[in-house]
Amino acid sequence: MDLRRVTKIFGDRSDMALAMLNSGASKMEVQQKTGQVVGLNDVSLSVERGEIFVVMGLSGSGKSTLIRHVNRLIDPTSGEVLVNGHDVLKMSLDELRAYRRSEVAMVFQNFGLLPHRTVIDNVAYGLEVRGAEKGERLETAARWIETVGLGGYEKSRPHELSGGQQQRVGLARALAMDTGILLMDEAFSALDPLIRSGMQEQLLDLQNKLHKTIFFITHDFNEAIKIGDRIAVLNDGELVQTGTPEDIIFNPADSYVSDFVRDVNRARVIRVGAIMDRNQLAPCQAEVQENSSCEDVLPLFARHDWIGVVNDKGKRVGSVSAKQVIGALGAHHKLLD
Amino acid sequence: MFPEIIDTRPLRRMVDDGLEWMVRHWGDGFEAGAYPLRVLLNSTERFLLDLPWWLIILLLAGTAFAATRRWVLPAIIVVSLLGLGLMELWEDAIKTMALMISATLTTMVFALPLGVAMARSAVLRRLLRPVLDLMQTLPSFVYLIPVVMIFGPGKVPALIATIIYAAPPLIRLTDLGIRLVPPDVMEAAQAFGVTPRQKLFGVQIPLALPTILAGVNQATMMALAMVVIASMIGAGGLGYQVLQGIGRLEVSRGLFAGLGIVVLAIIFDRITQSFGQRLQERIGLAGERS
Ligand SMILES: Nc1ncnc2c1ncn2[C@@H]1O[C@H](COP(=O)(O)OP(=O)(O)OP(=O)(O)O)[C@@H](O)[C@H]1O
Ligand SMILES: [Mg+2]
Repeated sequence: MDLRRVTKIFGDRSDMALAMLNSGASKMEVQQKTGQVVGLNDVSLSVERGEIFVVMGLSGSGKSTLIRHVNRLIDPTSGEVLVNGHDVLKMSLDELRAYRRSEVAMVFQNFGLLPHRTVIDNVAYGLEVRGAEKGERLETAARWIETVGLGGYEKSRPHELSGGQQQRVGLARALAMDTGILLMDEAFSALDPLIRSGMQEQLLDLQNKLHKTIFFITHDFNEAIKIGDRIAVLNDGELVQTGTPEDIIFNPADSYVSDFVRDVNRARVIRVGAIMDRNQLAPCQAEVQENSSCEDVLPLFARHDWIGVVNDKGKRVGSVSAKQVIGALGAHHKLLD
Repeated sequence: MFPEIIDTRPLRRMVDDGLEWMVRHWGDGFEAGAYPLRVLLNSTERFLLDLPWWLIILLLAGTAFAATRRWVLPAIIVVSLLGLGLMELWEDAIKTMALMISATLTTMVFALPLGVAMARSAVLRRLLRPVLDLMQTLPSFVYLIPVVMIFGPGKVPALIATIIYAAPPLIRLTDLGIRLVPPDVMEAAQAFGVTPRQKLFGVQIPLALPTILAGVNQATMMALAMVVIASMIGAGGLGYQVLQGIGRLEVSRGLFAGLGIVVLAIIFDRITQSFGQRLQERIGLAGERS
């Protein structure tokens, strides 16, 4: 999935605003002079097949605007959107419908449930639109309702559920489509911390089995690093950094990103594999996996000076010392010094 | 005196002659076009008159109970309809009811598709709005003139005038209801790749239904309001009794027939309103629109 130089300007004089942007004016200037709102400014990103790509940013940074370009709920003012080799913007209405029915499913930030339908009919909605036979779609829907933990609510109507429950209905509705691409706009934001963490793990489990391409939006950095293979940070309609969670934690591109990073529980995020000494292969009494977090190894330093690190096949790949761990946990970003 | 600047007599004669010409040449066509209406009205009236009186009372009370789930309205219905019967107004009441029901049904057939089309096309909305405004501000008498010219006095022209009078609010509210469907719901449907038909019948109409029902309620009430006026061109029923009461200065006749119209208005107003409310509660919009 590729978004190339996507710019979105809201307003009826968007061509004029676009020309100004292209001739080098800043977003603020354009907005003040033309009264048009620049939603996205020259955003390019590419999402690999089978990865969880997280877009993060503060409220109003353009995340929802960005994700809507993937299934063309929004047409960009300029730029290209390529998915699975086809150009989404060149699709005819029929092609676009077929694409939405079979290749992308979306979870909405504000749920978008059909208020006149029961929970199970909501979850089965996408399948119904696609033309699935009734028994089959109800069975699939019932299974996903169970998976998101709403068993027993099949016959309720959306307005009888809490916000978090409604959000899970939206989630089940998208998952039931079983599409290769899943668009999730703050799909967990209305859940309480416990359920939220449970859903995050469930998503990761699911991903291990199904290998979907997931485009995930959040304003919560902890969520981003927990589930993201890669993270893109959006600020005021512009992409400021794209990289793995470690890239972003260790080398935040600017103060906007480091403000996010500051609130992170580094001990839980930084994996020993990323900070270990690869040359220290002397035998150790204790060993941990290289994807263990610093939090996991800290207690071991009460007894040992060095701890061995092994990869997932059990092969010894390095060692960490208390000094390295503490150094990594305390590391301040260069901008903050 | 306002000075006579130009002679308007030819203009007036032209309008009169034009209408006369239309009646002479197209009169049969109009008659044929109105034939289904005549059949609808006559068979509705026949059907209702053939039903035993107690069955009609039972049916209306039962519907009222289904709509409100309480006994108040059914009780009022039973008492007031019995009263109508005792006052020897039963047959007139049925005739009025038949006219109102036929008018409402026909209005729905025309107004619903028009309202839907209006919600989907900005151009059509811009064209229809002033027409509807005009239709709603014209005094209802005005409708009678051309209709009577074309069809002569009788029940069918009364029905046609009633339909034209009752249609605007239903068209408007259908349009409004469809445009009020929350944009996030529409967007979600869009994201699943709905066809325009799936969107209309699966999302827009079900969500607009409470508003559409409010339109049906208004159409019913306007049809009833038109009944007295329509009786002047031969609609018969309670309106005719009111008219006669006025003509003969028989206060009692006019008063009781008038009360009969009020009774019918209350019955149909309450029933359609309660159905709308229950529908709204079901989709959880209660309180948001009232
Ligand atoms: N239809 C629209 N018309 C005009 N401006 C819009 C429209 N949609 C979004 N915007 C503007 O674009 C900007 C980005 O909005 P967007 O909804 O993408 O933010 P977001 O990052 O998803 O925020 P949140 O975290 O609050 O959901 C905002 O300034 C908003 O005002
Ligand atoms: Mg958003």
